[in-house]
Amino acid sequence: MEATTHPAVRHAAHPTGLLRWLTTTNHKDIGTLYLSFSLIMFFVGGAMILAVRAELFQPGLQLMQPELFNQLIGVHALVMIFAALMPAATGFANWMIPLMIGAPDMALPRLNNWGFWLLPPAALLLTLPFVLAFFGVGSGAIDTGWTFYAPLSIQAGMGIDFAIFAVHLLGISSIMGSINIIATIFNLRAPGMTLMKMPLFVWGWLITAFLLIATIPVLAGAVTMLLTDRHFGTHFFKAAGGGDPILFQHLFWFFGHPEVYILLLPVWGLMPHVVSAFSRKPIYGYKAQVWSFVAIGILSVIVWAHHFFTAGMPVPALIYFMFSTMSISLPLAVLFFCWIATMWRGSMSFETPMLFATGFIVLFGMAGLTGLVLADVAADAQYHHSYFVVAHFHYALFAGGIMGVMTGVYYWLPKWTGRMYSETVGKWHFWLTVVSFNLTFMPQFFLGLAGMPRRIPDYALQFAEFNAISTVGAFILGFSQLLFAWNVIQCLRGNGQRAPARAWEGARGLEWELPSPPPHHTWETQPDVK
Amino acid sequence: MTVETPPLPPSPASPSPRRLVVRLLLVVAASFAFGWAMVPFYDVLCKVTGLNGKTPGFQAGGVAAAEPPSAIDWTRTVTVEFTGTIMPGLPWDMRPLTTSLDLHPGELQQVKYLVRNTSDRPIVGQAIPSVSPGQAAQYFHKLDCFCFRQQTLAPGESREMPLTFIIKPEIDRDIRQITLSYAFYNTEEPRREAR
Repeated sequence: MEATTHPAVRHAAHPTGLLRWLTTTNHKDIGTLYLSFSLIMFFVGGAMILAVRAELFQPGLQLMQPELFNQLIGVHALVMIFAALMPAATGFANWMIPLMIGAPDMALPRLNNWGFWLLPPAALLLTLPFVLAFFGVGSGAIDTGWTFYAPLSIQAGMGIDFAIFAVHLLGISSIMGSINIIATIFNLRAPGMTLMKMPLFVWGWLITAFLLIATIPVLAGAVTMLLTDRHFGTHFFKAAGGGDPILFQHLFWFFGHPEVYILLLPVWGLMPHVVSAFSRKPIYGYKAQVWSFVAIGILSVIVWAHHFFTAGMPVPALIYFMFSTMSISLPLAVLFFCWIATMWRGSMSFETPMLFATGFIVLFGMAGLTGLVLADVAADAQYHHSYFVVAHFHYALFAGGIMGVMTGVYYWLPKWTGRMYSETVGKWHFWLTVVSFNLTFMPQFFLGLAGMPRRIPDYALQFAEFNAISTVGAFILGFSQLLFAWNVIQCLRGNGQRAPARAWEGARGLEWELPSPPPHHTWETQPDVK
Repeated sequence: MTVETPPLPPSPASPSPRRLVVRLLLVVAASFAFGWAMVPFYDVLCKVTGLNGKTPGFQAGGVAAAEPPSAIDWTRTVTVEFTGTIMPGLPWDMRPLTTSLDLHPGELQQVKYLVRNTSDRPIVGQAIPSVSPGQAAQYFHKLDCFCFRQQTLAPGESREMPLTFIIKPEIDRDIRQITLSYAFYNTEEPRREAR
């Protein structure tokens, strides 16, 4: 891949060129691989949804048939969740956790290499059916949406089988990554760094890793049952033999809801570091944030059924899932409070990472508030499966997830590459992103309230204006991400000002004690943490 | 092709992660097992709560018939709606001859579905009932139902298929409308063609 791009290559004993990246066990190299993969897949998933938005620009069918539309929305979601957001977070973990806790590397470096190299085949499995269908083989990629709901997924074409095996590979990769991260955190912390002195980013990832090993196996089991239902005559989800399609929804969302927090906890972990650095104040409420992470981790596995209130449940179950879901807003509100209290009366400056952090706090707050609306059983009956839901989870996963990841990238890019990115381009990137993001998704709240269902390629005429606005916003949003890629590539190529060890004057933590870029091997002698 | 990477410098403070990794793998195995254990657990839970609208007496018509008849609750009526779906792979038509019925809880009723085989071969089908809202399912007692048995239709044959049932008077007063839906499946698993 990008054999010449990384500046921290000078080390006698490792191979160069492609072989270096295939065989590397270095946490920094693997972090770079994860992040590069994530960036590429971010554009792949984005291109898919731009095709969808282009189709939705006007009512009626202009560009594609519903079959292709269905495939694009499902693969967009799977790519963005499993191949863009999760690898980005794992890339952060690989790069930063050893630097932040003073460890020489990850605890299980060979496993780490394997964990990454399972991802490209999985991405290939997800997207290959498009190509096969183009040559007349099969009916295309997964067309049930990313949720694989039975019985539709039992009846659908072979794209489902590809997606099932992709999920298996991605799951194995995530589980190996998580075991590695937990082992690193528990075994390789610098002397004196107790758990309650650990940076919050590391705490966020610790909870994430536990959620992953607790829930990914359930998803793996569910899609395996789906596979045997499809091909081996079992009836887990087929009503004909006494099975129940709703069981699939339970199993899927038992994984699927914690997955939301798997995507967001690493971001919540890095946010206080950024906010504190640019407010030039220590992190407010460290312990409160740690316990909020723990509380959210525990609550996340007991609220899953709010994703299908309308599937039919006894009223006591509805009420239980409603209140447990709403209770997650309490620890989340603690986090918001701590972020804002860290800024309070700080001497703030708004470099690009801080812009993204504040944008994140405002927009992710809207995701939380609209989530409370959806958690209400009575209201959800109307909003379920409408564009209101689409808008809500894009405020959570784009403004919360992707913008959070970008906060981290801009914050740590000088550390990784030793170069400062262009602040002008960064600011343009932020403002274009935040404006066009709202232009894209704000109208979708109103479309949903007005009754436009999601996952349908056509719509009634009264929805035309807001859909046109949303599509224009989506295209600006998509193309302004090229500024981000430009900034990253400039740094990788060694253009831009040299970054000092402490790239931001307010930044605190062990990673800023190392030179920028850090040498290939760091903390060979562990630092003493007082 | 293996290329030796420089070994990690041993860290004095760090014990071997082997035990921790084994424990974490056990967590993974346990949650994988938990996913599969949900299948029987969910089945039991549904029987207790009526979560998935499966009616009692399903494939056990004799049991329901042996119960003493309940008194009829003349003070209220419940509307029962009938519908049905032919699942993919079964070349049949079906429609309820009665689409909607007002009745008193405890009253014995009979309705019929008209089912027709549109293909040129005999086919064995099985109907699977589902009651909505799910809470009503445990009060929906079928004394006899075409869904208790597999049904064989000759080529082109159409048949009226009866259902005899009682809504038990213990049903919640809030439930005024019940929908009974049948999904008819082909019992011969069709060979999946590459699509």
